[in-house]
Amino acid sequence: MTSIRVTNEALIVMEGVSKSFPQPDGKGEHLVLHQIDLTIRAGEVVALLGRSGSGKSTLLRIMAGLLKPTKGRVLNRGKQLMGTNPDVAIVFQSFALLPWLTVLGNTELGLEAKGIDRQTRHTQALKALDLVGLDGFESAYPRELSGGMKQRVGFARALVMEPLVLFMDEPFSALDVLTKENLRGEVDDLWNAGQFPSSSIVIVTHDIEEAVFLADRVIVLGSNPGHIRGEVLVDLPRSHDRASPRFKALVDHLYTVMTNPEASVTQDLTTTQPKPVTTSIERSPYSQALPHARSGAVSGLLELLVENSHDQVDIYQLAERLQLTVDDLLPILNAADMLGFAEIMQGDIKLTDIGHDFATTTILRSKDLFRQQVLKQVPMLASIEKTLTEKQNGSMRAEFFMNLLDEYFPRAEAEEQFATAVDWGRYAELFEYDASEDRIYLPAISNR
Amino acid sequence: MRPFPSPEALRRFPFGLADIAVILGTLVLLAAIAKVGAGALVSFQPPDDLPTIDLDPRNLPYYAARSTLRMFVAMFFSLVFTFAYGYVAAKNRRAEKVLVPLLDILQSVPVLGFLSITVTGFIALFPGSLLGLEAASVFAIFTGQVWNMTFSFYQSLKTVPSELDEATRIYRLSGWERFTKLEVPASMMGLLWNAMMSFGGGWFFVTESEAITVLNQEFTLPGLGSYVAAAIAAENLPAMGWAVVTIAVVILLCNWLVWQPLVAWADKFRMEQSAAAAAPESRVYDLFKAARLPSLMGQIFAPISEGINQFLARLTPLRQPRPVNLEQQAQGDRIFNWLLLLIVGALLAALLRFILVTVGVAEVLTVFGLGLITLLRVVILMIVATLIWTPIGVAIGFNPQLAALSQPIVQFLASFPANFLFPFATLFFIRTNISIQIGSIFLMALGAQWYILFNSISGAMSIPTDLREMAKGFNLQGWQLWRKVIIPGIFSTWVTGGITAMGGAWNASIVAEIVSWGPTTLTATGLGSYIEEATRLGDWPRITLGIGMMSLFVVGLNHLFWRRLYQLAETKYHL
Repeated sequence: MTSIRVTNEALIVMEGVSKSFPQPDGKGEHLVLHQIDLTIRAGEVVALLGRSGSGKSTLLRIMAGLLKPTKGRVLNRGKQLMGTNPDVAIVFQSFALLPWLTVLGNTELGLEAKGIDRQTRHTQALKALDLVGLDGFESAYPRELSGGMKQRVGFARALVMEPLVLFMDEPFSALDVLTKENLRGEVDDLWNAGQFPSSSIVIVTHDIEEAVFLADRVIVLGSNPGHIRGEVLVDLPRSHDRASPRFKALVDHLYTVMTNPEASVTQDLTTTQPKPVTTSIERSPYSQALPHARSGAVSGLLELLVENSHDQVDIYQLAERLQLTVDDLLPILNAADMLGFAEIMQGDIKLTDIGHDFATTTILRSKDLFRQQVLKQVPMLASIEKTLTEKQNGSMRAEFFMNLLDEYFPRAEAEEQFATAVDWGRYAELFEYDASEDRIYLPAISNR
Repeated sequence: MRPFPSPEALRRFPFGLADIAVILGTLVLLAAIAKVGAGALVSFQPPDDLPTIDLDPRNLPYYAARSTLRMFVAMFFSLVFTFAYGYVAAKNRRAEKVLVPLLDILQSVPVLGFLSITVTGFIALFPGSLLGLEAASVFAIFTGQVWNMTFSFYQSLKTVPSELDEATRIYRLSGWERFTKLEVPASMMGLLWNAMMSFGGGWFFVTESEAITVLNQEFTLPGLGSYVAAAIAAENLPAMGWAVVTIAVVILLCNWLVWQPLVAWADKFRMEQSAAAAAPESRVYDLFKAARLPSLMGQIFAPISEGINQFLARLTPLRQPRPVNLEQQAQGDRIFNWLLLLIVGALLAALLRFILVTVGVAEVLTVFGLGLITLLRVVILMIVATLIWTPIGVAIGFNPQLAALSQPIVQFLASFPANFLFPFATLFFIRTNISIQIGSIFLMALGAQWYILFNSISGAMSIPTDLREMAKGFNLQGWQLWRKVIIPGIFSTWVTGGITAMGGAWNASIVAEIVSWGPTTLTATGLGSYIEEATRLGDWPRITLGIGMMSLFVVGLNHLFWRRLYQLAETKYHL
């Protein structure tokens, strides 16, 4: 079956939706989503793909009516949505089962709230449990079940409601690899066989392969604030064959797009890559975000690359091999790229000469290289080092740098930026950080 | 597909031995409540028609039952209050602003202070019946039990996992369904734990509230506490001994028949999604599960409860957030804040008038001085108890078998009302000529110290084995070991124990600074004896002043001292 079931009937429409949350310390607001226009049509499976911080879960919750948009509006079947969306059921990342109810009790949760009588409730719930392969487990408690089984209950609880649109919020990301593969396959089979009681599915994910495998349409979200970068139609017959060259090409394209925030999302998969010509526009060294990767992880990645022939490897394969999600892997790749140890191009990552040197030499020499690269490539750390050397006692309150970061990032992100900067700075032996005094200072001369 | 529940289970012969035990147990319980409860309604016309206490030990079971019934009645009211107060505080933004700080203050008022203030009011409420005194006693126990339960419930409501909250909203659960299916179960573990702690502490107050003197008038309520008071007045040492044995048996019975089964039952409300290593067990609960009668009754009543549930669910439909008019809301908030400010201002004015006109500044300063003396006692108690019990607690905690063995004992000691031991100690002080000024520290410690021991044990148990093995590997010993591993490891639990112990010590000071044996009365200088004496004389301004001062000390210490230690424990010594 192909994606022919897609009709033009719009079920959920978002028009110019923005969402901001108040900052925790009560100062100002933090914009999470900016100007989202999105339509979910009957018969399609839509994947919302983005890295953490792209607001994809927030987007889903706005469509579900769990959150109210700050600006713009949501239409559900042509009517403006007020309160929780009655046509939607959600499968949650952490399953969200009530631990004190049995599998049956959990499955009946929504039916009971509808006021359906006991007998009908039981019959319908048992049917749904049967559909997801949980026959015989109805009197078990969630804690007796494995992760995969729990998520099956999550699916049964959602399906029994026969929602018009089924929402899935990273439904497989808490499962181990084999379970994930198995359950994802079964969900796909159910959908392809037309046994799904819903007419559309929206899935939030950060797993590129999962998005291409399940969805007819992949919406790529960008970060800070979350916005729609573009969409890719998965023009393959269902079920999507992973071995097909087109599948690989789509996955490669999405990897390229995800690793490079500047690249445009296109259907013809040619990545116009405006390789960031480090613009001469004077920008604050504290405005450029560091990828959240620990120095140890970067170093580990380089060691791994050096074992490959040509020092080059396909990112998709790398992710498969390391069993890392995009959110874990991409920051490491970006860090290696930023530090000039590696280059990312067309879904591949390749070691540079310096990177090769770094990975093969002694620890002292590689620390030297790291310092040299950090000072050359990362303005933020260079600036921190410069500030410290200009001070007579070579030390500075951390608050000072936090305030600079606050200008460009929401508080939580600023803290993470700071933590990453400290990690890199420590590894490069540029400066040290005393958490109890909250001060940054130059290392004692004797250590240099 | 297996229908639910399986019909063959129901078709089997419906009754077993377990059912007979459950039926008999229920009948005995009902009969006992009827018999004991009737005693609460007897005529009471002071000063001629007073209940008398018979020191014959054979009356002890009856007295014990009276006291126990009071405990459970208070627990019932505590639960009702907890649900109402906690729910409103958690759900209403404006109410929260008032209710939470108020709870913080109420929690710091010494329980016996509530008793002194309210007892005459309650007696006036039910003229000619003992019910007034009963109510005052129940109210005193209630004030000892309720605050931490309410706090725990409020906190659970505020920290319901967000995905569970979203699930109940997306599946459109009504307010009632949300309350019974999500909010109460999610708070069950904390609530039960706090109820147990409160109940243990309650024995102290029940015994104290059964025999008090207000306005130079003695009020006696039949119960274990009044039995002890009578024994003291009669200098009857054997009767005292019997009373101690009785209270010990009662505490153990309550644990065995009520709390253990409840803990075993509540295990299913744990939030963790994985199975526990060792689920709590209870013979009595097993008996209930083995009996078929309860589930049969459940089957019979299912349609009725279903109907009630559906009815209540319709009454409390899912509240959709209304479109908020920010302008209007801000204005409402402003009015609300002004109102609050006005009330606080009026209270402050009343306070100022009270200090300046009613009692005078000199009296306030004297009472503050007395407070410092009692504070000194409390601090000495804390230091000595810590020095003695932490090493013992750590030694026990490091030995798993010993810890498993000693934990129920220590828990029992913590709930054993220390005032039962006061007469023995008093006798000892009189015989050995130890000054009550110092002796009262010992009396206060009798109840308070166990919290430090108890928390040291659990703190030591929570230190990861690999840390301890590391310490052994590096041959850390003595002070080194304490400084590097043990003190940081047990710090946060010690803080928890310290707060509880200190609260207990303040409460105990009211009874520990004045003790008597027969005609001899020993009085120590301090805030506790000041309150007790004012209560005896019925001097309202001084009662209020004393209690207010003590609450001030407790609130102040909590904010200036304990809260900081808590923060330190949370940030630096978090395991």
